[in-house]
Amino acid sequence: MDNVIRIKKGLDILIKGKIDTSLSAPVILHEDYAVKPTDFYGLQPNLLVHKGDSVKAGTPLFCDKKDERIKIPSPVSGVITNIITGAKRSIEAVCIKADKEQESIVFDVPKLNEYSQENVKASLLASGLWCMFRRRPYDTIPKPDDTPRDIYISCFDSAPLAPDMEMLIHGREKEFQAGIDAIRHLAGSTDNLGRAGSVHLGLHATQTISWAFRECKNVEIHYFDGPHPSGNVGIQIHHTKPLNKDEQVWYIHPQDIVAIGALFLTGKYDSKRVVAVAGSEVLHTRYIKTRSGVNVSYLLKDNLYEGNNVRVISGNVLTGKRIAEDGYIGFYDSFISVIPEGNHSRFLGWLTAGINLYSFSRSFFSWLIPGREYRIDTNLNGGRRAFVLIGDIERVFPMDIYPLQLIKACIAKDVEKMLDLGIYEVSPEDFALCEYIDASKTEIQQIIREGLELVKKETE
Amino acid sequence: MLKNFLNNIKPKFEKGGRFSFLHFTFEAFESFLYVPGKVTSQGAHIRDPLDMKRAMSMVIIALVPCALFGMYNVGYQHFSVKGLLAEQGFWDIFIFGLSKIVPLFVVSYVVGLGIEFAFAEIRKHEVNEGFLVSGFLIPLISPPDIPLWMLALATAFAVIIGKEIFGGTGMNIWNPALLARAFMFFAYPHKMSGDDVWVSDAISGPTPLANASQNVVDLLPEANDLFWGLIPGSVGETSKFCILLGAVVLLWTRVASFRTMFAVIFGGGLLAFILNVCGVTDVTVSQQLLMGGFMFGAVFMATDPVTSANTGTGRWIYGFLTGIIAVVIRVFNPAYPEGMMLSILLMNTFAPLIDYVVVESNIRKRKRRNEIKQRV
Repeated sequence: MDNVIRIKKGLDILIKGKIDTSLSAPVILHEDYAVKPTDFYGLQPNLLVHKGDSVKAGTPLFCDKKDERIKIPSPVSGVITNIITGAKRSIEAVCIKADKEQESIVFDVPKLNEYSQENVKASLLASGLWCMFRRRPYDTIPKPDDTPRDIYISCFDSAPLAPDMEMLIHGREKEFQAGIDAIRHLAGSTDNLGRAGSVHLGLHATQTISWAFRECKNVEIHYFDGPHPSGNVGIQIHHTKPLNKDEQVWYIHPQDIVAIGALFLTGKYDSKRVVAVAGSEVLHTRYIKTRSGVNVSYLLKDNLYEGNNVRVISGNVLTGKRIAEDGYIGFYDSFISVIPEGNHSRFLGWLTAGINLYSFSRSFFSWLIPGREYRIDTNLNGGRRAFVLIGDIERVFPMDIYPLQLIKACIAKDVEKMLDLGIYEVSPEDFALCEYIDASKTEIQQIIREGLELVKKETE
Repeated sequence: MLKNFLNNIKPKFEKGGRFSFLHFTFEAFESFLYVPGKVTSQGAHIRDPLDMKRAMSMVIIALVPCALFGMYNVGYQHFSVKGLLAEQGFWDIFIFGLSKIVPLFVVSYVVGLGIEFAFAEIRKHEVNEGFLVSGFLIPLISPPDIPLWMLALATAFAVIIGKEIFGGTGMNIWNPALLARAFMFFAYPHKMSGDDVWVSDAISGPTPLANASQNVVDLLPEANDLFWGLIPGSVGETSKFCILLGAVVLLWTRVASFRTMFAVIFGGGLLAFILNVCGVTDVTVSQQLLMGGFMFGAVFMATDPVTSANTGTGRWIYGFLTGIIAVVIRVFNPAYPEGMMLSILLMNTFAPLIDYVVVESNIRKRKRRNEIKQRV
């Protein structure tokens, strides 16, 4: 195959609980759904509904205080049962009890041969599906007036336990192509070398087989090979058309492309999704057909090993958000990881042979038995120490950026240095593996997040 | 049971307890016994089991062959100088060395850790494990008969001036163990390497290095002896075989950077080769690399993650220059026969500069990419 971009640095953590693809995906539709404003980074919610209101699929639930054109739609039709508030009256979740018969708002959408930047944008804003886009840098929902240099879609997820994207869009190839045909009108501005913007698909060189991805039209396809984080959109941008200062690219999940495609084909918000349950504490790891924002207790019911103290994570174990066992799956997440809590201490743990401990370093004797998968728990495995780098975080950071220096610039709050070092190319998720292997247990993702926030404040 | 005991006495060390001023000392001992049950609260939900203690223990494990051999060698040198070697068994020799070396370890750890704990309590942070390695290294790079008060003074100097005034572990510019040796070297030069050092019990003789610097190559030990290590010298540095064992451990566990290690050896070897070929010195490459503390420095000292360069390219440059300067000092400056210590300390000083240059070139590359955009 021509032009495979081989990512050499990185790490595939050998964690137990991969998704069992042999099981068929059951349909689990239930009545409890929620949309969580906290899933939308940087959004300040302004509620548009009240408890007891009836909504249809596509009815806006809340909008962004800073730009009211950004609206978040309801995934189902039903009744608002609860609005959960947290500290300082912040809105944590808007819960909806779904009706038996689903009704949707029908939005006006242009026909395929009439697409233009304006009317595609208008349809996405009106239906609320605009919020499916996020931008680099900063990971916020893009402003409606902005034009991205390019749009990137990573069509494989290299994170631990992640589902196969092909399973997620299986049977919905037509909608996927329809979504691409619509959003390609949004990518516009030319880059520094005069290349026109377009939609880019990042595919795995050997694992991606679906023709929906491989033979997708009106896109630029890039093939990648290598360990995690090769599936991160930031890594894919860096190795194809790296971001420059003051540029922005947008990215979106393939399943959201399907929803957008469905919108332009039918005029309705179709919140059907395939999600996966994975992790060492799950009895039957598998794919499940459901809707966006479902209460995960339905997915985990009778499906966990009994008696174990577990942590449920919406998303992957490196970057996902912790949710309750009866919490709701995150808006941008397509799977749930369930791993054991590690709140137990190990006697002289730093001294033992560690045959059952997976480590990137070979200082535990687990390297004697290669290829094994490990039940990894949430123990911090040590205490916070001064930031000393044992080994190389560069080994798991496949970008032409100096991670250590960037982290230090973020700690020092030196905005100019951060920009010099290329902070606009990275996102906390790109540093997740660095955080994982760091022996001083520094919260690197948080440091990068704070650095990005500071840069955003100073430059906008 | 032990866990219960710890949990019982824990409240006394918490805030408001009777021993609250020893809170971090307690924490250090508790986490020494048990890897804490603390779970991740933000960021990645899973973390690598490698922590500072584990990493530091790996370095110590790598150093153990050198330490054990050093003990044997001290006894060996003692009895061979006295001419009593034939009458002694293996254990007699080893135990004699042990009795000489263990006090050095005790002094180094008591003084160093004492200061570390005190600073941790004053500064209110957890005790960092860095000194576990420094404290092990200091006796290994000292002459075996160094007076204990001298060692204590040097250790205190290294920890306070070398580390704590910069802000503690991770902030120091120079390798603390080497700083301790440098202190002994400059404050009490006659006790350290040079023309005459103590071998044992006040019996002195010129070391191979001193001979080499005077270009008296005939008096150098056989390469074989230099490699296996039954020669006079500092405790841990004589056996290159044990050092190589340690290097294998460090590289295999990925605790030390192979870039630095190979670059030092390559740099030193290259210059030694050139000087030998050009006739500046008669000391051959293998002698240059096997003599004195070169290998020990390359494997255990130059690779210190805090004081060496922190970029991939920077590590090659840093290591290469360290090797070169060590040989330069040895060959061209007879006053300081052992160049490795000074060379590493010098390059420690320049490591941030090397990193700066490397990072700056990356920054320039990114700026150029941005500028093309502005022209379009």
